[in-house]
Amino acid sequence: MSLVVGAEPLSSRLSGLLWRRPNLLILLLLLPPLLWLGLIYVGSLFSLLLQSFFSIDDFTGQVTHEVTLLTYAELLRPSNLDIITRTVTMAALVTVASAIIAFPVAYYAARYAKGRWKAFFYLGVMLPLWSSYLVKIYAWKMILSKEGIVSWLAAKLGLGVLLDGWLSLPVVGGNSLSVSATGTFLVFVYIWLPYMILPIQAALERVPASLIEASHDLGAAPGATFRHVLLPLALPGIAAGSIFTFSLTLGDYIVPGIIGTSRLFIGQAVYMQQGTAGNIPLAAAFSVVPMLIMALYLWLARKMGAFDAL
Amino acid sequence: MRYDRSTAPLLLKIAAAAGLLFLHLPILLIFVYAFTTETRSFQWPPPGFTTRWLAVAWERPDVWQALMLSLKVAAIATLLALVLGTLCAAALSRARFFGREAVSLLVILPIALPGIVTGIALRSAFGLAELPFSFWTIVLGHATFCIVVVYNNAVARFRRLSVSLIEASYDLGADGFQTFRHVVLPNIATALLAGGMLAFALSFDEVIVTTFTAGQQQTLPIWMLQELIRPRERPVTNVVAMAVVLVTFLPILLAYALTREGEDTAGSGK
Repeated sequence: MSLVVGAEPLSSRLSGLLWRRPNLLILLLLLPPLLWLGLIYVGSLFSLLLQSFFSIDDFTGQVTHEVTLLTYAELLRPSNLDIITRTVTMAALVTVASAIIAFPVAYYAARYAKGRWKAFFYLGVMLPLWSSYLVKIYAWKMILSKEGIVSWLAAKLGLGVLLDGWLSLPVVGGNSLSVSATGTFLVFVYIWLPYMILPIQAALERVPASLIEASHDLGAAPGATFRHVLLPLALPGIAAGSIFTFSLTLGDYIVPGIIGTSRLFIGQAVYMQQGTAGNIPLAAAFSVVPMLIMALYLWLARKMGAFDAL
Repeated sequence: MRYDRSTAPLLLKIAAAAGLLFLHLPILLIFVYAFTTETRSFQWPPPGFTTRWLAVAWERPDVWQALMLSLKVAAIATLLALVLGTLCAAALSRARFFGREAVSLLVILPIALPGIVTGIALRSAFGLAELPFSFWTIVLGHATFCIVVVYNNAVARFRRLSVSLIEASYDLGADGFQTFRHVVLPNIATALLAGGMLAFALSFDEVIVTTFTAGQQQTLPIWMLQELIRPRERPVTNVVAMAVVLVTFLPILLAYALTREGEDTAGSGK
């Protein structure tokens, strides 16, 4: 019941106002999410960035709140550079391996799977993608352990010597697969593989089958068709997938901590510096590294025209 | 040589099947190990099978506490993400305005940046704000990266929602709230439900950001992580791992069923 007879109720006057002024509506809609993401999230990121320009007092262990580049100088020590190189190398290897394994799955799903098989392939990629990250790592701890299924299989097939030989190699080896760099690599490839399959599949879905047929009709061997037709068209998808696999490997600290050697990765360094070492500025500086590398990576991908075809 | 164009070459078939097997065998292995009688190692093949550890795990109060905390956090983070993600999607789906690209980048940022960066950034901000760790600090972190999942699902549906429906509702005398309640909401409901389920699954499973925002509290993934680092009772961990796989499969299958009709890209935004 309104007090002024004949006046519209407030809610309908408000609706009318918002209908006539769509920008006001957008502003009202965006205000809560922007406050959340802009204030809490970006605010946090900036406070982190700021911390990396502070330094830690060697004697007291307290953070000195003065702007300095000391922490970045510390970041460039050989032992820290070693960590960065190791992480970037791993990320690159994981990206290449996932692209190679992902391509046939994506290609089959995009070109040949129809109807029920299409759904099968879709769920076949989605379920591992969404199942628990830690459970997947745990499964690999089981698989790669000394008494586990890989050693058993190798022994059964008479390949035990080969496995032991590989494990005795300096950089990739270790006591067992679960404490070797090879193990870390396998787990990374496994966990990020679905992130590579989905974008490649999306890119290949848009390649008309007639294009492949034309290439065959013109006498190209399957290898040549792949190199000159399929691969260039799939490249945007591979680039998009590589952004995921590369970035996710760069920032991960749990996988190398559970399956791998004691040699650190960037994520582990960040975790140790902020935790046991209590050196927040260095942790902040370390976490700037993956951000910078990713910015560079995206810029390069763009420059090479990887996004134009997307 | 002739190429048969409707069936795949044998080599491709084998490579695709091997890829799918590679994705699924490790998860299947979890189901085998949950029933092994071996308690100290991951011996293969298992020396025997037992259902004893199901009962033991069921009786563990620490597992239940961690599970309850995870469910509560996931429920509230999903609710917050649903509200914020839908608002973003409604604003960005059709309108063109200055800073639109920046806003959509902002929504994706928490997923695009490595989890450790988000985690440590939130932690240092809590430290500066002198905010003690609590249930709400975990929720705060989770909701931040769940927004994008809801947003991705909702924005696609908003684009398909015809403006004339909303205009018709106004012409028939409904106000904005009635229009939202009776016209917009029924149209986007399944997309929101799917987005919500994926956000729930994402939050339920999250460990990297949580280690920085949880303090001493244990969510289920944190419990699991501690068992991975310092195993106490391996068979119990095996059973919990199997339970987690089963629990996360449900929302994924449901979300898939909800978005399947005419919408094959939904849910791809993890």
